[in-house]
Amino acid sequence: MKYRYLKDVVTLELDRHKCTGCGMCIEVCPHEVFTVESRKAAIVDKDSCMECGACARNCPASAISVRAGVGCASGIIRGRLNGSNECCCE
Amino acid sequence: MPEKNMSCNTTSSQCCCGQSNTVEENNLLDESNAGWITGKVLTPAGDVLRVSTRLNARDILGSWKARWGINRHNYKIGPGLYGVGDPTDHSPVLVSANYKMSFDSLRKELAGIDAWILVLDTKGINVWCAAGKGTFGTGEVVHRIKAVDLDRRVSHRKLILPQLGAPGVAAHEVFKKSGFRVIYGPVRASDLKAFIAEGMKATPDMRAVKFRFADRIVLTPIELAHLIWPLAIAIAAIIIMNLLGIRFINSFHDLMPYAGAVLIGCVIVPALLPWIPGRAFAWKGWLLGLIWALLIDALYTWNLAASISWGPALFYLLILPPISAYLAMNFTGSSTYTSLSGVKKEMRIWLPIIIGSAGAGIVLMFSRLFLKF
Repeated sequence: MKYRYLKDVVTLELDRHKCTGCGMCIEVCPHEVFTVESRKAAIVDKDSCMECGACARNCPASAISVRAGVGCASGIIRGRLNGSNECCCE
Repeated sequence: MPEKNMSCNTTSSQCCCGQSNTVEENNLLDESNAGWITGKVLTPAGDVLRVSTRLNARDILGSWKARWGINRHNYKIGPGLYGVGDPTDHSPVLVSANYKMSFDSLRKELAGIDAWILVLDTKGINVWCAAGKGTFGTGEVVHRIKAVDLDRRVSHRKLILPQLGAPGVAAHEVFKKSGFRVIYGPVRASDLKAFIAEGMKATPDMRAVKFRFADRIVLTPIELAHLIWPLAIAIAAIIIMNLLGIRFINSFHDLMPYAGAVLIGCVIVPALLPWIPGRAFAWKGWLLGLIWALLIDALYTWNLAASISWGPALFYLLILPPISAYLAMNFTGSSTYTSLSGVKKEMRIWLPIIIGSAGAGIVLMFSRLFLKF
């Protein structure tokens, strides 16, 4: 069963002009967000993206952008209270 | 003095870089009593500690304690190179974090395999969280390759990284800076044998993060452990209020509604996560909290013979759902599929509801206490 989180919130963008079709994004994505269409990457399931940033960091062509971070409410609250960027996993 | 030696390995890179052979010896001094080191692998570039692929009682107890938040921030091993089986210069190199539970979950899957384990200094944090923070990162991979003289230990130039390390590591940059090619392995260490047998190929199933019932349940103790201080404060507040004559909790019977709301947010929502309708975690918690509040109302305040005692009934409806909603919302951090943007949106909508409802409940409670209605 695939989990579903909120719709239409994810900041993931792919620039298909820059994409070289290496397939690295497909390899690192934990939620099967990408596929290959006509020898280039394509986003097929954007709402499944958890913005971990693995694809953007491992894209040799810098074709992917995403505002990466940890989806963690207590971390966000702590960050706001302390003014720091704390993550809940500690 | 294990602590001292450990900090030598983890924080002062200078003391290890110059003399790579001492990295492993330090670990031997630190961990020789722990039982998971079984000997040494001799290599031309120096000896490497051989580790067991079986977890002993102490390893299992250590994991259990970490799950409950006991010694969790200091549950780490020395970074460096380790061996399992009889590794040679052709054996694969598996990269892991120096959180002991990460290391244990890797080595227990390696029975019958000859391999090297390159442990990065992630400050005792697991692979995924460390990758998110950047300590399981490109810089540390490149640094650790040099620190352990990896190019003198193995003849190939490949590293197998856990896929969940990918948010912190840029494979192409590691290659540029070290000459080692990063291959992302499966998400779960239990798939490693099949991955290696298939010639380092992961199936889509091995690449997908799962969040099964058992995966969710093991995360619930820490959710409860996080409540120890808030709970202590709450109990102190109740005692002070009782001393002041404000008695709204006198017995276990009065405590039950709150204990249930906490349990729903911390345990029941995580356990039933995929089956509770809706998407936002706070909503899932609020929904079950509301059902609980109605149940409590039916049991406690609704006497069939008499009329509904509307004050307490309304109070429970206002106070219990937001407790469950807030705690359920905190489980977003433990889940494997919530995005930062999504959680921010969820908080924008739900925090005002949670604060508003709980605030209204507290105002109602005090009004009833002081105005005696």
